[in-house]
Amino acid sequence: MFAFVISRILQAIPVLLTVSLISFAMFAYVGDPVAIMLGQDFTEAQRDALVRDLGLDQPFWVQFAEFVGNAVQGQFGLSYRLSRPVAELIAERAPATLELAFCAAVLSLAIGVPMGVYTGLYRNSWLSRFFLTFSLVGVSLPTFLIGILLILVFAVWLGWLPSFGRGDTVQIGWWSTGFLTWSGIKALILPSITLGLFQLTLIMRLVRAEMMEVLRSDYIKFARARGLPNRVVHFGHALKNTLVPVITIVGLQLGAIIAFAIVTETVFQWPGMGLLFIQSVGVADIPVMSAYLLLIAVVFVTINLIVDLLYYAVDPRLRIGRGKGGH
Amino acid sequence: MRKLLMAAALAMGLCAGWAAEAQTVRWSASGDPNTMDPHSQNVGTVTMVLQQIYDTLIARNQDLGLAPGLATRWEQVEPTRWRFWLRDGVTFHEGQAFAAEDVVFSVTRAQQPTSNYAIYVDTIDRAVQVEPLVVDVITTVADPILPNKIASLMIMSRSWSEAHNATRPQNTRAREEMFTTRNANGTGAFRLQTREPDVRTVLVRNRDWWGWREPASREANIQEIIYRPISSDATRVAALLSGEVDFVLDPPLQDLNRLRAAPNIKVTEGPEVRTIFLAMDVYRDELLYSDVRGRNPFKDLRVRQALYQAIDIQAIHRTVMRGQSVVTGTFFPPQVNGYSQEEDVRLPYDQARARQLLAEAGYPNGFEVTLDCPNNRYINDEQICQAVAAMWTRVGVRTRLNAMPLAPFFAKIQRDDTSVYLLGWGVPTLDALYSFQSLLRSRDGGQGNGIWNYGRYSNARMDELIGIMVNQSGAPRDAAIREALRIYREDIPHIPLHHQMIPWAMRANFTIPHMANNQPYFRWARMN
Repeated sequence: MFAFVISRILQAIPVLLTVSLISFAMFAYVGDPVAIMLGQDFTEAQRDALVRDLGLDQPFWVQFAEFVGNAVQGQFGLSYRLSRPVAELIAERAPATLELAFCAAVLSLAIGVPMGVYTGLYRNSWLSRFFLTFSLVGVSLPTFLIGILLILVFAVWLGWLPSFGRGDTVQIGWWSTGFLTWSGIKALILPSITLGLFQLTLIMRLVRAEMMEVLRSDYIKFARARGLPNRVVHFGHALKNTLVPVITIVGLQLGAIIAFAIVTETVFQWPGMGLLFIQSVGVADIPVMSAYLLLIAVVFVTINLIVDLLYYAVDPRLRIGRGKGGH
Repeated sequence: MRKLLMAAALAMGLCAGWAAEAQTVRWSASGDPNTMDPHSQNVGTVTMVLQQIYDTLIARNQDLGLAPGLATRWEQVEPTRWRFWLRDGVTFHEGQAFAAEDVVFSVTRAQQPTSNYAIYVDTIDRAVQVEPLVVDVITTVADPILPNKIASLMIMSRSWSEAHNATRPQNTRAREEMFTTRNANGTGAFRLQTREPDVRTVLVRNRDWWGWREPASREANIQEIIYRPISSDATRVAALLSGEVDFVLDPPLQDLNRLRAAPNIKVTEGPEVRTIFLAMDVYRDELLYSDVRGRNPFKDLRVRQALYQAIDIQAIHRTVMRGQSVVTGTFFPPQVNGYSQEEDVRLPYDQARARQLLAEAGYPNGFEVTLDCPNNRYINDEQICQAVAAMWTRVGVRTRLNAMPLAPFFAKIQRDDTSVYLLGWGVPTLDALYSFQSLLRSRDGGQGNGIWNYGRYSNARMDELIGIMVNQSGAPRDAAIREALRIYREDIPHIPLHHQMIPWAMRANFTIPHMANNQPYFRWARMN
C-alpha cells in the first residue's frame, strides 16, 4: 500500500514537468506582457529595461529552468497585472473556487445518484422519462448559457437571488467562507447549479446504466430468491456494486469542476481561481497562468491517487489481486 | 405633543436611514484597476478609481477644460518656468498637511523609469519649491501645454510615501508587493476604505475636501462608492436590471435598446475622446502580408485613397455601431485643442472611383492583403474590421481578416509585424501634439516620437510642423497644427473611421455628468 502511494507520487513528477513545459511553451503565443505593462507611452529604452527586468530576454530553456527551480521552492513570482505575489493571489482565490466546487459536487451527487437509481429501477415510469429528457438538457446546453438563463429568471425576473459575486464572506484565518452569511449562501445557489448540472446528469446516466447492468446479474436474483427486502437488494447489493465506475467518474469530474469552473466563475463574476486565470490570460500574465496550470495538474494527480485508493476500499477483488501478486 | 415629537423623531430617523443608504452608489464596469498606485499604470480602469481619491494641481471641469485644483493659479513666468501657487489648508486623508514638497516629490516620482506617466512629465527638468506654497516647474524646452499635462499628474504625500517605502511607482524586479498597490492616501473627494482586488473597492466621502464648496459640487451627495467589476457583459447588464448595481460605465452596445426600454434605467451618451482609424505599412518595399511582389501598394497615394473611398462609413455607423459613433475625416475629436472643423472632411464613399484609382495605380485586378485587428479592445472592433474587409474586397482588394485579443494584437503590431491594422487612439492631454507626435512623427528615437507609428509613416514637412508644436505657442503653433491636419487629409497616412461614442447606463435616480474622457466624477454626482 505504502509502496503503491510512493510509486504513484514518483509517476506524478514527470506529469507535472510535462504540464509545466507545455504550458510554458504555449505562453509564447498568448501575447507580450511587456506591451501591456508599458501602456500607451514608452520609449525603446524603457521597453528594453522592462524586458530585462522580467527576464524575457533569456533563452527559453533558461526561463523554464528558472521557473521550475522557483516553483519547487513555492516561489511563483509577482503577478504582472496586480504586482502581487502569485502564491498569495491563488491562496486568496482558492476558497471561493473550492467552496463552489464542493457545493456543485454535493449537489450533483445528492441529486444525481438517487435519480440514477430511480430511473434504473423504474425504467418506464413517466418520472424516469422526465428525468432523462431533463438530463439531455443538462448535457447539451453550454454552461454559460445555463448560467445566463438562471440569472435572467432568478435575478432579473424574480429578483430572488443575486446575479453576481460571492455576497458577504466571513474570514476564518486565511480562509474566506460564504457559508456563514445568508447573502453568501444565496450567492452560492445559482453558480453551484450551473457548475453541477452537467456532472449531475452524467452521474445520473452512469448510475442508471450500471444499475440496469447489475440488476440483471445472478447474485441479485439469488438475493431476491433469499427473500431479502427490495431496499436491501437495491441499495445494499446493487448500488454498492455500481460504485466503482461512479467513483472514478466523480473523482475525475471533481478535478474538472475545480479546473473548469472558469466559465461559471466568469459568468457569475465569482472571485475564484478560474476568474483569476481568465483575467490573467487577457493580459498575458505569465506567472499567474503557469502557477494556475501547475496547480490544476497537481489537483488532478492528487484526485487520481485518491480514486485509486478508494477502489481498494470499495472493490475487494483488487485487494485479493494485489495480495496474490505479492506471494 | 410628545407623540408628535416622537413621530417627528421617528420620521427623521427613517429619513436619515433611507438617505444614508440612498447615497451609496454601487458601480460596475468590466475591468478592475490593477493597482492603487497613482504613477504606475496610465490606463482608464486605474484612473477612473484613483481620480476620485487623488487631486491634481490643475483639475478638469465638466467640459474637460482646465480649472483650479491643488493649485489656485499658475503662470508661465519664463519660457521654461511655470509657477504654481498652491491651495492653503489642504490635508491628505491620513492627516498630513499638503505643501510644496509633496508636489516636488510627486513630479520626481512620476519621472522614474518605472512610471507609466512619463508622457505628462517628458518636458520637465525638475520641480523646485520657492515658498512653502509656491512651486516652480522647470522644463527643458518651452512647453506651451504643460498645464494640460500637469492636469493628469496626481499628487501624493511625500512623508506618507517615504514612511511606506513607496518612493518609486513600481518595481517589477522586486519579489514583494508595494504598499501602494493596495493603499492610497490622497487629498481628493473620496477616501479609499476597502480594497479587495477584482472583488470590491469601497470609497467614502472625504468631508474635508476643499472642492465641496465649489458650485459644481454643491448638489453632490454621494457618501459612499462601492465599485465591483463584472467582466461578463450579460451579467453586468443583468445586475443593473435587477437593481444590484446603480451605475454601469460600459454597457454593451447590443443591450442599449433593452436598457432604454427598461423602467427605472436611463442611458446617457456622448462622444469619447478616442478615434478609430486604419493605418498602413507605408515603409517596407514589399508588404509582409500581401500577394504583391517587389513593391508596396500602400506607398502609392492612389491606393490609399482607393481604400479610403471604398469604405461606406455610414453603413458602419448605422449597422455595426448602431448609431453610436461620430463619423470623422480626421484623427482626433473636437474636444482636443487644435481641432479644426474645416479639416474634418471625409473623402466621399465611391466604389467606382476606388476601382478606377486602383487601376490607375497599376492594380486593375486588385491585390490581397491581411488586416490585423483587435477583438476585445475597442467598441465592436472586430465587427468594424469585418465590414471594412468586405468593402475592400468588393473593390478588388481581397482582404483577409486576422482578428485577435489585445495581448497578441499589440505584441504583433509593436514588432511592426503588420501590413494594415486598426487602432483606436485616445488623447489624455487633450492637445493635438500628443496624437501627432505618437502616431505620425518619424521614429527618430526621441522621447515619444512615432512610438505608435507602426506603419512607419514619415514626412519631412510633418516632422517640422510637429517640431513647431513642441516648442512654440500662440498663432505659429495653431498654424502648424492646421497645416499638419491638411497634410493628414491630403496625404492619407491613415484611413480615419469614427470617434467612439460612449454610453453610460444607470438607474433613473442617479445623476452624473457624462464625460468625454470616459471617467465618472462622483464629486458631481447625485443620488435621489
